[in-house]
Amino acid sequence: MRNDNDRNIWLRVCARDEIPVLGARVIRREGGDDVALFRTQDDHVFAVIDRCPHRGGPLSQGIVHGRSVTCPLHGWNIGLDDGHAVAPDVGCAQVFQVRELDGNVYLRRDELFAADSPVALSCSS
Amino acid sequence: MKKPRLVLIGNGMAGVRTLEELLKLAPDLYDITVFGAEPHPNYNRILLSPVLAGEQTLEEIVLNDWSWYREHGITLHAGKKVARIDRASRRVIAEDGTEAAYDRLLLATGSTPFILPIPGRELEGVLAYRDIADTEAMIAAAARHRSAVVIGGGLLGLEAANGLKRRGMDVTVIHLLDSLMERQLDPTAANLLKISLEQRGIAFAMSRKTEALLGDEQGRVRAVRFADGAEILAELVVMAIGIRPNAELAEQSGLHCNRGIVVDDTMMTYDPRVYAIGECASHRGVAYGLVAPLFEQAKVCANHLARFGIGRYAGSITSTKLKVTGIDLFSAGDFMGGEGTEEIILSDPIGGVYKKLVLKDDKLVGACLYGDTADSSWYFKLLRDGRNVADIRDALMFGESNLGDTGHGGADKAMAMADDAEVCGCNGVCKGAIVSAVKSKGLFTVEEVRKHTKASSSCGSCTGLVEQILASTLGGDYSATPKKKPLCPCTEHSHEEVRTAIREEHLVEMASAMRYLGWKTPDGCASCRPALNYYLLSTWPHEARDQPQSRFINERAHANIQKDGTYSVVPRMWGGVTNASELRRIADVVDKYRIPTVKVTGGQRIDLLGVRKEDLQGVWRDLDMPSGHAYAKALRTVKTCVGSEWCRFGTQDSTRMGIELEQALWRMYAPHKVKLAVSGCPRNCAESGIKDVGVIGVDSGWEIYVGGNGGIKTEVAQFFCKLKTHEEVLEYAGAFLQLYREEGFYLERTVHYIGRVGLDYCKQRVLEDVEGRRALYARLQDALRDEPDPWHEPEKAKVDLRQFKPIPITVKDPAYAE
Ligand code: SRM
Ligand SMILES: Cc1cc2nc3c(=O)[nH]c(=O)nc-3n(C[C@H](O)[C@H](O)[C@H](O)COP(=O)(O)OP(=O)(O)OC[C@H]3O[C@@H](n4cnc5c(N)ncnc54)[C@H](O)[C@@H]3O)c2cc1C
Ligand code: SF4
Ligand code: FES
Repeated sequence: MRNDNDRNIWLRVCARDEIPVLGARVIRREGGDDVALFRTQDDHVFAVIDRCPHRGGPLSQGIVHGRSVTCPLHGWNIGLDDGHAVAPDVGCAQVFQVRELDGNVYLRRDELFAADSPVALSCSS
Repeated sequence: MKKPRLVLIGNGMAGVRTLEELLKLAPDLYDITVFGAEPHPNYNRILLSPVLAGEQTLEEIVLNDWSWYREHGITLHAGKKVARIDRASRRVIAEDGTEAAYDRLLLATGSTPFILPIPGRELEGVLAYRDIADTEAMIAAAARHRSAVVIGGGLLGLEAANGLKRRGMDVTVIHLLDSLMERQLDPTAANLLKISLEQRGIAFAMSRKTEALLGDEQGRVRAVRFADGAEILAELVVMAIGIRPNAELAEQSGLHCNRGIVVDDTMMTYDPRVYAIGECASHRGVAYGLVAPLFEQAKVCANHLARFGIGRYAGSITSTKLKVTGIDLFSAGDFMGGEGTEEIILSDPIGGVYKKLVLKDDKLVGACLYGDTADSSWYFKLLRDGRNVADIRDALMFGESNLGDTGHGGADKAMAMADDAEVCGCNGVCKGAIVSAVKSKGLFTVEEVRKHTKASSSCGSCTGLVEQILASTLGGDYSATPKKKPLCPCTEHSHEEVRTAIREEHLVEMASAMRYLGWKTPDGCASCRPALNYYLLSTWPHEARDQPQSRFINERAHANIQKDGTYSVVPRMWGGVTNASELRRIADVVDKYRIPTVKVTGGQRIDLLGVRKEDLQGVWRDLDMPSGHAYAKALRTVKTCVGSEWCRFGTQDSTRMGIELEQALWRMYAPHKVKLAVSGCPRNCAESGIKDVGVIGVDSGWEIYVGGNGGIKTEVAQFFCKLKTHEEVLEYAGAFLQLYREEGFYLERTVHYIGRVGLDYCKQRVLEDVEGRRALYARLQDALRDEPDPWHEPEKAKVDLRQFKPIPITVKDPAYAE
């Protein structure tokens, strides 16, 4: 992190290599839904709420491909970058901003600890 | 860089379909130029009949309008007929002098209608029935004249006659033979058809030979004269007596032709730069005249034009339906029968129903249905798949619904169904929802319906029904699913092609397999990755590396995911036998990890449900029992009965046999789950009759049954062989399962595998070929050697243990200070 200000905004959650390629890890938040951290084949990291917009399936347990994950329960495809269900399904999962620096993964503190997860934030468009 | 140039001659159904397929595979590969003799964009020729009958308009049957060509950067010369191909300088020259140079040339010139070489054929009012111009001329004639004669009582002739009648003309059909549609119908069905058309007011002149067409002073046809001198009035004459492959252009350019442009299995002509497809092509001596085979050819041809070079076209079995509203007629295959065939016939002349099925060597080889075509797609599927029908022979005639099916394969139930009738039980989709999606979103394939409505996307047992709803909503039978289905939308290749490539090209890595097969997505999807992973591992055991991230979560976590995200754990109990110490450990684990539900499964073991993922490793360790693989496409349980050790009827020690089988086969991954059962006598308390391999003890040894299934659709296992010793049972069962492992498609249970390849084939490989059987069993043992138990050797099994540890975040300070 470049400076203290950054450090106040971003929280390091893990090293990128702790997430399997084409796989996921789960961040457990006290008092909130889990967050799933995904790593794609081309080495990008995405953070999405670990609740499928369909019936709440744990997205972290799905199969990652391209820029999406297939939910393990009923096979919806959820876009990792915007949380939107891939058409024709309709729905949206909250996504979190991710920053990667020197092989470390950071999430925004305010997004992580917001009292009630503003599910709608990334979905309102 | 300059792109290679592809020129297509013939802007018809086969040629343009090839372009569509090609654009899907390699959108930017070629500069494409199309010459079409007709001044129209590509349209659906099949639907000219409904247009003639006034049921559809010409606008409605356009398949690709002008903008499609523009959007894809295709140069279209519509209304320009190619006059010459210069293969030396690689140019085509149109009649008006327009030229185009090519690196690859595709000929799709269709066919030319055959015109009787009789006097008067050049008179005004004498037409063929082939294209928009013919159809428009017929519609115009119907507006001005009264009497029409159609020469030829085949499919096309009858559709023409029906259309003209519907437009108010007096129509007589002249047919040379005494039976209509003799190439599609047997005499009985043909007669029923004739009666029904007569009731609609069409007249017939059967067994009559036309000698001449007579004209009036203005040079318009006025009558037809027969060979016996009789005449009938005719102000319009439509000749529909057959078509000839339009190979003239190719022939002039020196390409080898023999009743069509001769092509190989890749649709290439004798000149490697030139391909031919559609009705103008002769493949293995056959020029097809229906669109379903042409569409299959188009796929293969596009694959080669796209330089993937792996598709092969091996010919098609075709089926026929007559597009005359209100007449149900279907025929396919060898419906006439003959030497070595048997016929099953149902005839109800009063009800106007006639059905004939032709069997040969226990397989359906032909069908001819009149009046009730409800089961036509089912019969056609049996025919194409070459499924052995010995087991359902008695019920065959009464149709699929009579088999007590929940919808497999489907029947023409589609039409009769109410809109609110449920089609897909898994996803709760009704017929109305499918119909409206097809209409409003313009869906054409089952795949699209699946995507948009989810119908048939789960267990798949309603696929046949969905196909039919699609067909009946769209009309016409041209979109019938080709026999080869792509594995998933990421590829054009079928399971078969993928398996073959992996084996023959010695592909051991997923990335190289995808590259070699031209996958359209960089890392596949949730459907193809698990399939590829299985194919690689089963084809090259010890060599291919497992990719856990390409497995469904159950096989990655080695437990079954539940609806709330927890997991279930089913430890292995050999042959369903347990003891006090195992039960005590289970009880302790349940207490220690506060497992909410303990249940006896239908597979004779115990299921611990509601285990948190973090606890899985601890639960496995404390249970200290082998993995039950209840989560895997692998050997599940071997159910047993008590057998001769205790039971007063037992003839064999089924419990021991079951344990031996389970210990020999556990850890065996397969295309789908595999279940076995062993019963000690024919009372069969272990339900061996509905298992992938069922073993039944009898006084003199063991009977082996294969291909049973107790799931979505109950299938009774078929008798395979009778054996004497335990060792034999192990070897034969193992060899059969290895065959399935090597050849089965991913998610294909044994019953479907056997349905596809035939029981005889399995018998030949396992029973008759002694060396082959031993080799199969040896390969199975080799594959299983060293296969780890993922619960207790997780490192060796490449279980990613990080998944069991969530990343904790504890900071709750509102100031977010670290
Ligand atoms: C636990 C059990 C039900 C029970 O409480 O008794 C069960 C539970 C499930 N079955 Fe089953 N089946 C169970 C015995 C059966 C049986 C009976 C048998 O094995 O004798 C059948 C019919 C026999 C057969 O397979 O031929 C059966 C036919 C199915 C099918 C349909 C398979 C088919 O080919 O038609 C599915 C769906 C699938 O596999 O795609 C299925 C799928 C499932 C799944 C895995 C659904 C899923 O994907 O999550 C269920 C998992 C629940 C879990 O987490 O434990 N289950 N299932 C049984 C476990 C047996 C065991 O000890 O391993
Ligand atoms: C009325 C009718 C009903 C039918 N009903 C059915 C049915 O129900 N089911 C079914 O499966 N099939 C049906 N068919 C048959 C089906 O339409 C054909 O099998 C299919 O259209 C053949 O496709 P093709 O591309 O080979 O030929 P076509 O579709 O005929 O295309 C060939 C094109 O090439 C053009 N062409 C020829 N020579 C040249 C040249 N030198 N330069 C430029 N262009 C040239 C032609 O003008 C034509 O447009 C029907 C056919 C007709 C006429
Ligand atoms: S029948 Fe099998 S798949 Fe269906 S609910 Fe019961 S356990 Fe689950
Ligand atoms: S909960 Fe994700 S698809 Fe149903």
